[in-house]
Amino acid sequence: MHRSLERIEARIGMTLTAGVLFAGLLVACGGMLYLLHHAGQPVHYHIFRGEPSDLRTIGGVVHEAMTLSGRGLIQLGLVVLVAVQLVRVALTAWLFIVQRDRVYAWIALGILAVLAYSLFRKG
Amino acid sequence: MNNLEFSSYLLIVSYIAGFLGALTGLGGGVVLVPAPALVLLFRVDIHYAMGASLISVIATSSGAAAAFIREGYTNLRIGMFLEAGAVLGAIVGAFVAALLNAHVIAVIFGVVLLASAYLSLRRNEAIESDRPSHPWAMRFGMEGVRPTLTGPRHYRVHNVPAGLGLMGLAGTLSGLLGIGSGAVKVLAMDYAMRLPYKVATTTSNFIIGITAAASAGVYFTRGYVDPGLTMPVMLGVLVGSLTGARVLGGTKSHSLRIVFSLVILALGIEMIYNGVAGSL
Repeated sequence: MHRSLERIEARIGMTLTAGVLFAGLLVACGGMLYLLHHAGQPVHYHIFRGEPSDLRTIGGVVHEAMTLSGRGLIQLGLVVLVAVQLVRVALTAWLFIVQRDRVYAWIALGILAVLAYSLFRKG
Repeated sequence: MNNLEFSSYLLIVSYIAGFLGALTGLGGGVVLVPAPALVLLFRVDIHYAMGASLISVIATSSGAAAAFIREGYTNLRIGMFLEAGAVLGAIVGAFVAALLNAHVIAVIFGVVLLASAYLSLRRNEAIESDRPSHPWAMRFGMEGVRPTLTGPRHYRVHNVPAGLGLMGLAGTLSGLLGIGSGAVKVLAMDYAMRLPYKVATTTSNFIIGITAAASAGVYFTRGYVDPGLTMPVMLGVLVGSLTGARVLGGTKSHSLRIVFSLVILALGIEMIYNGVAGSL
């Protein structure tokens, strides 16, 4: 029982590390492409324009990333980073389920449901 | 300033933010946004700054969490229990946001932070008596074991209701103001529940990413997350938090308290200033 607990904790850690490194890799590659084309341009972040609609939805971000646009790849990496949080709560819930720890399993599943709702609701 | 220079500066500032954020359990955003780095120094619009700050909190949390779990500091049960309180608080926050004056809240929160900076410094774990844990802590199996230089040590958990109440408050505040929940989370565990300091900061670090992720959907769809701006922030914070996670084990709790207090002192002053100046 205790050993399986440690194994799942190790798996939560490994999934987190792998997911975060993957997200970091996407952002780094996208960042290099982005700077390759835009390094010399002046920055203009003092005016809020909002992102183009392509970079606001998951479908749009994936589409942009497929065309190897630097900004699209970065945004995809950021979406992956957020998705890793869902996976991590899911794994934590699984950890409690394996432990037959019903109270904590329900707590973790409840948090997972709220998180999923907040990420996938419209508007 | 051109894009390359801007990104390079931001990468360095973000590295420091990630390092401090992981060590203190506050998250990178606390160091980035209120510390005038993004808004004043780099003259970034507050909406873009909020987007970058949110991502930086998630990156700090994710970067350091794996190492903290592996080393055995993070108490996942306490984390999940308190996160439930924070989530409920965030829902309350979303409902009452329209009824409250953000400036007044910012000033009150700022004063609370100043007091917390003082309280956090004053606590001396070494001279505390070994009273039994709170009944809820026993009922919910919250006691744990933490690594120390002299081997694993058991710890007790006190005043769970106050901790849960503070977490609800932290959730409400982050729903209202967008930042600062990490500070209240550490306080809930350190000051109310009397956990060992590193257990409090690492458990806070584990859950701040989850709290922040709950707002990510809204930030993306409103167009607050700009890839060009967030790229150096995310990368810098990520590497910084990995570095922070490596040095935590060898750092004295008291040194961490001093760093934590200085950061929330700055945050408190910033909050009061923003509340009075009306720039929220």
